[in-house]
Amino acid sequence: MTLDRRSFIKMIGGASTAALAGCAGAPAVSSGAAAELMPKSSGRRVVVVGGGYGGTIAARYVRMLDASIEVVLIERNKEYVSCPFSNYYLGGLIKDLSPLTIGYDKLAANHGIKMVYAEVTGIDPAAKVVTTNSGTLTYDRLILSPGIDFRNEEIEGYTEEASHVMPHAWKAGPQTIALRKQLLDMRDGGNVIISMPLVPYRCPPGPYERTCMIAHYLKQHKPKSKLFLLDANPDVVAKKPLFMKAWNTYYKDIVSYVPAKKVTKVDAATKTLFVEGIEDHKADVVNFIPPQRAGHIAVAAGLVGEDKKWCPVNATTFESTLHKGIHVIGDASIAGAMPKSGYSANSEAKVCATNVVALMNGKETVELSGINVCYSAINDHESISVAGVYKVADGKIIGVPNSGGISPVDFSQTKLEHIYAESWLKNILTEMST
Amino acid sequence: MTMKWSQWALVAGALAIPAMVNAMPPTPAMLSNACAGCHGVHGASAGPSMPSLSNQSKVAIVEAMKKFKSGERPSTVMGRLAKGYSDADFEAMGEFFAKQKIHFTQQTLDAAKVAKGAALQEKNCQRCHLEDGKEGKDDSPVMASQWLPYMQIQMDQYLSGKRKMPEKMAEKVKPLSKEELDALLHFYASVKK
Repeated sequence: MTLDRRSFIKMIGGASTAALAGCAGAPAVSSGAAAELMPKSSGRRVVVVGGGYGGTIAARYVRMLDASIEVVLIERNKEYVSCPFSNYYLGGLIKDLSPLTIGYDKLAANHGIKMVYAEVTGIDPAAKVVTTNSGTLTYDRLILSPGIDFRNEEIEGYTEEASHVMPHAWKAGPQTIALRKQLLDMRDGGNVIISMPLVPYRCPPGPYERTCMIAHYLKQHKPKSKLFLLDANPDVVAKKPLFMKAWNTYYKDIVSYVPAKKVTKVDAATKTLFVEGIEDHKADVVNFIPPQRAGHIAVAAGLVGEDKKWCPVNATTFESTLHKGIHVIGDASIAGAMPKSGYSANSEAKVCATNVVALMNGKETVELSGINVCYSAINDHESISVAGVYKVADGKIIGVPNSGGISPVDFSQTKLEHIYAESWLKNILTEMST
Repeated sequence: MTMKWSQWALVAGALAIPAMVNAMPPTPAMLSNACAGCHGVHGASAGPSMPSLSNQSKVAIVEAMKKFKSGERPSTVMGRLAKGYSDADFEAMGEFFAKQKIHFTQQTLDAAKVAKGAALQEKNCQRCHLEDGKEGKDDSPVMASQWLPYMQIQMDQYLSGKRKMPEKMAEKVKPLSKEELDALLHFYASVKK
């Protein structure tokens, strides 16, 4: 009998679970001494944590560039739901999240990536060991693409339970479905609030696109309703002239944009938000998007910088400036001028993979050349975009001068961009999942 | 001897350099991999409105990028992106994509249109779009197995005058009806191997 790789991993996973269970009754064994999940199969191993826009691509490209390096991708879920385009679901442009959902089977099979479905609970940078809830893994280099977590402690009254009453929907999946359901259940004439944090946060144009998408739904189905966007920032921070025009043109009777409203306290029982502790705003549906930081594992591993929020990295290799051998990409990293977007994470992952392979082979590293392309839908047939090209200057990632920018404000390209946006999604999800 | 501040800076700079020096300028792969989010891995597009770049001719890519950059060719994001690169970058990308294996797209096509298009292309287009569009003369793009929706968007832009047609192409295209042009595109989309 031959085992395919997946059943082999399953078997190993099962064995280590049994080993852990065996340890449970033995007080001498600390949780830090969990069983090794998978012994190294070759001399060199890269472990990637997080199977989203950054991690899948990093894993794939390390294998594409050097198949002699073993790559293990650790991800807690069997499926991944894309945050980009999840606003389409809130707007009713897609009927469920299936077009945004990918699995890892094909990616793993096509590239010989070893999948471990587990939760990472700790990283020991000195010993080069990752601990998960089902065992430990050693690595030569670690690539972390952990995404974001929320700074709940900064918001008085905000708890896990409050996040179910007032869904953030800022990680796609059950939260997105919960928010959509609340919108469907709301009476015509109801009020909706979107509350967004100060920069930097994941996906700068996201809350503004969401405003368009929810307004698009309300306009069709609940036209007497109102939508208030409470922006903690003093002004629109992404694609400003385009979003302002979209709201004025299509959603004048529904959308109110309210800048400089930083929410500091919430009351989930009454669905109330408190701005700077004074004003209160109550609504039938509240989409409260809390302030953010790097995913908790990056914080726990001591990879966040002085701001205690995001991970400083080398602009060429994305290696942490705080711990050698650990690279951080995507939303969690401080990538200079590159925004916290899915496309940036994709682009950063390739730069990181290229240089991880170079470092492991004692070769010269290659300077970053990066791209960001980001589309936002403003209704069911028009989209707007921002695009940028990035390079390194004086050790920092900068936008290449006189390049990039947003769509023309005359909306002459919005219909075409809506069509291109669909191909963006198709291509980027294909790259992540095959 | 005391050193001036500027001399100190020089020494410090010289010491700092070895850490910086070991990153070489972006390679063709580094430049081109960034395109894959929209154009597919190695330019093999999975999105019907987004052209495959794999196996495209180098000259066609370089010329297209220059025209995007100058604004001569209409675009949405491509003009904005092209402004971030030099002619040497375009050459590097062109070389990278030209080396990739052709990507055979899977698309639903109308067989009657494909047949009609085959005859039309032989009569009208094959002097520039050589070998059933598998090669291109000079900067004529490779058309074989390209996505139909992408080519239809481009043809619309040619016909509306937004995108300038090369003179030789205009001579051939003008006498053809919209149906005939669509049949031609169906043919190119259908070309396999």
